[in-house]
Amino acid sequence: MTFVKTKIQLAKIAKDDILEVLVTEGEPLENIPKSSTEQGFEILGIENLHDNIYKIRIKK
Amino acid sequence: MEPRKKLSIICFSGDFDKLVAAFTLASGSAAVNYEVNIFFTFWGLNAIKKKKGRVFTGKGFLARFFGFLMGGIDNVPLSRLNFCNISPKLMNYMMRKRNVASLKELIDASIAVGVKLYTCEMSMQILGLTINDFIPEVNKEVLGVAKFMEISQGGDRIFI
Repeated sequence: MTFVKTKIQLAKIAKDDILEVLVTEGEPLENIPKSSTEQGFEILGIENLHDNIYKIRIKK
Repeated sequence: MEPRKKLSIICFSGDFDKLVAAFTLASGSAAVNYEVNIFFTFWGLNAIKKKKGRVFTGKGFLARFFGFLMGGIDNVPLSRLNFCNISPKLMNYMMRKRNVASLKELIDASIAVGVKLYTCEMSMQILGLTINDFIPEVNKEVLGVAKFMEISQGGDRIFI
């Protein structure tokens, strides 16, 4: 569901805009960068904010 | 270019937990670029009715009475341990508390990522329902088995 929500938000932003997604460790952290790249989006970075919370920056 | 992967779900069940499974699979697959179709039949039709509670829908006395008993998305039961429809409310509360999408959010997300929703002609005839009894996102083309087989050809088919 995290990637579904990400995809819906990506559809709302303009090309070259950046979407920041907060995820927890595990499936979303693995799946979002993989699926985003597969669909032609660019992963600008993944940052560990604290404990198991990560911020993924995706460029449309 | 590789043809687009396809998933077609036959949604027969109108149980809360099974609908959660169907819409989770549908939205997740559509998000990773699958073409996704859901064919709602019999109890499954309750998930996409325009009127969400227990109201008299359909044509004819028996159909309207049955429509009232079946209800809509607001009163779909849990497949086990339903406890007079208290359990789906508890389950919704637990899902919200644990930041998991609710059934309604899953349906909205499925529509947003382009999942195609179809209704079953035979079930609609039995229950006296028309396409206008369903939410507007439902495809206006009502399907029989042959048409569903044609639409779902070449992809995976799942019965829920």
